[in-house]
Amino acid sequence: MSTQKTPSTTGPAPDTSVHDVELIGSGQEGTIGDQARAYFQRLQHGDMGALPAVAGLVVLTILFSFLSPFFLTERNFANLLTQAATLVMLGMALVFVLLLGEIDLSAGVTSGMTMALFIVLVNVHAVPWVLALVIAFAAGILTGTFIGFFVARVGIPSFVVTLGLFLGYQGLTLLIIGSGGLYRVQIPEIRDIQNSNMPVWAGWAMLGVILLISAGMSFWDRARRTRAGVPNRTITLVWIKLGVIAVIGGAAVAVLSRNRGQSVGVVEGVPIVVPIVLVILWIGTFVLDRTRFGRYLYAIGGNAEAARRSGVKVMLIRWTAFIVCSTLAVVSGLFSISKVGSVDAAAGREIVLSGVAAAVVGGVSLFGGRGRLLHAAIGALVIAVITNGLGLLNLGAGVNLMVTGGVLILAATVDAVSRVRSGGSLMRT
Amino acid sequence: MDAPLIELSGILKSFGPVSVLKGVDLKAYPGKVTALVGDNGAGKSTLIKGLAGVQPYDDGVVKFDGKPVALHSPREAARLGIEVVYQDLALCDNLDIVQNMFLGREETEFGTFDEGRMEKDASDTLRSLSVRTVKSVRQKVSSLSGGQRQTVAIARAVLKNARLVILDEPTAALGVAQTEQVLHLVSRLAEQGVAVILISHNLADVFEVADHIDVLYLGQMVAHLDARETTRDDVVGYITGAKVQQEATA
Repeated sequence: MSTQKTPSTTGPAPDTSVHDVELIGSGQEGTIGDQARAYFQRLQHGDMGALPAVAGLVVLTILFSFLSPFFLTERNFANLLTQAATLVMLGMALVFVLLLGEIDLSAGVTSGMTMALFIVLVNVHAVPWVLALVIAFAAGILTGTFIGFFVARVGIPSFVVTLGLFLGYQGLTLLIIGSGGLYRVQIPEIRDIQNSNMPVWAGWAMLGVILLISAGMSFWDRARRTRAGVPNRTITLVWIKLGVIAVIGGAAVAVLSRNRGQSVGVVEGVPIVVPIVLVILWIGTFVLDRTRFGRYLYAIGGNAEAARRSGVKVMLIRWTAFIVCSTLAVVSGLFSISKVGSVDAAAGREIVLSGVAAAVVGGVSLFGGRGRLLHAAIGALVIAVITNGLGLLNLGAGVNLMVTGGVLILAATVDAVSRVRSGGSLMRT
Repeated sequence: MDAPLIELSGILKSFGPVSVLKGVDLKAYPGKVTALVGDNGAGKSTLIKGLAGVQPYDDGVVKFDGKPVALHSPREAARLGIEVVYQDLALCDNLDIVQNMFLGREETEFGTFDEGRMEKDASDTLRSLSVRTVKSVRQKVSSLSGGQRQTVAIARAVLKNARLVILDEPTAALGVAQTEQVLHLVSRLAEQGVAVILISHNLADVFEVADHIDVLYLGQMVAHLDARETTRDDVVGYITGAKVQQEATA
């Protein structure tokens, strides 16, 4: 489009053409102020993400630190992270099926059953633990394949299939373990996941790597956008993001680097489970944000028919999502037995609803199509803080269950209300 | 007249005992708008679902560029350059405009999305259609109005050099101004050399943009008309079955 100078009265014509170009923006333009305004606009439209959960986390932390002198100690912080790890993993596993608008009620017992299998193979049949672990993961993958077959291929609601499996796997676990049986976890490598810490320097190195990767990804994205000729967000946002990671991560590592041993020698460093969770979180987020599989999970959760008409292999994606969920549930089981130190016939029976609660509290929609892995992780932290804080106040499981249940209903209400606000319910097919 | 881009002959489709398409013929020409009209239940939707590869025909010949082709999946249709804009739009509310336009055919680099390129192409396509009502291509579709959604759906169809675009009731839910805008879009598509099949109940719209009018009546093609040589009353007659064209076609 050449901007030829016409001296005569054809004033408005070139003006509108310029205007056209400006009207289609990309949402990336403008100063920090513009970006902030756009963010608040999204909030008003009900697109709140993990904000309520983050706010809840802050409020609960302040509340419990006033109510209990033990809550804000180095020791309790490390303890909180290891307590939360199992739930964080399970919540992240469930995100993959929740995005589709499906549910996996058997994720908990899948973790329990595979761990029962694992421990019996090692303790009774003297199978090398690495091989037993491979078999446990294979059992998890098989479980997901089984669920996926009935949900995606046969077309049975996932609620029904996984409820059936929820009962069936409790029975299977009972058969594997034997009634009243309890097996100790004596494999040092497994125990170490939740009970040992990295050297202090490794914690700081981990933070450095996280910052490097975040910066690298941000600048890679910006370079690609520049190459395509579309505007980038102001670079200040990248620095803010890196700054937030550095401050929060730095504070966490600093606290965990102090000696929290109480007359039992030196206990310091970031628990080993933390980097494992972070790596899975990063890979999962990468897959959800940047690959076809991830995008199609969101698309199917938003409008499965639209996805199908666009050539998305809906059945295959659905099926795969259940396999991913069950496989990650095995990891969650591993964290659990590492923390508890034993496996019994009730393993994994109670945790699944907490996993769903974690995801929903964090802002993952039960209706599908909305949510991120980080949301589930933050939601799991909220629930872990409630459990931990009430425990410190000597309020037992009764109060804990009631509070957690209340938080879940509150979160589901926020989910439903924000759906109506964003007009989602009008276009469901 | 040019050779037709797509030529259907003897198309059959039934659901169980119900025969919906009973030997339908249809032609669409590049650069022309072919209107497909017919009453509810005439088989229009079934006919285009077959063209889209969503719901394959039972029998019949489909020729594209004069060569017989099989349309068994949306991917095969897309590969030929056949794009359908559905009545219920088939957009994902929870995704933004770019993500919707590229759904099922994302641009990737090393297996991961090249968002910049997709955003560029999406903006360029919207501009080429002189769309001026969309604020940002990164808006979620849930925040768009009916006309804007229709615009996105049509832009999605022409994004990847479509050769045949099928529009199913594109103006059904729109106001006057937005209808005018969408019809302008339809003419613009044809000007770009695309073969357009327009399905509509609104005969005013049909006469405004169509070159040919084909009438489907209870699963059979009862009339192939030239839009300049026919009248509204004739078309209504064929649609309701009151009038039957003499089969003297070559």
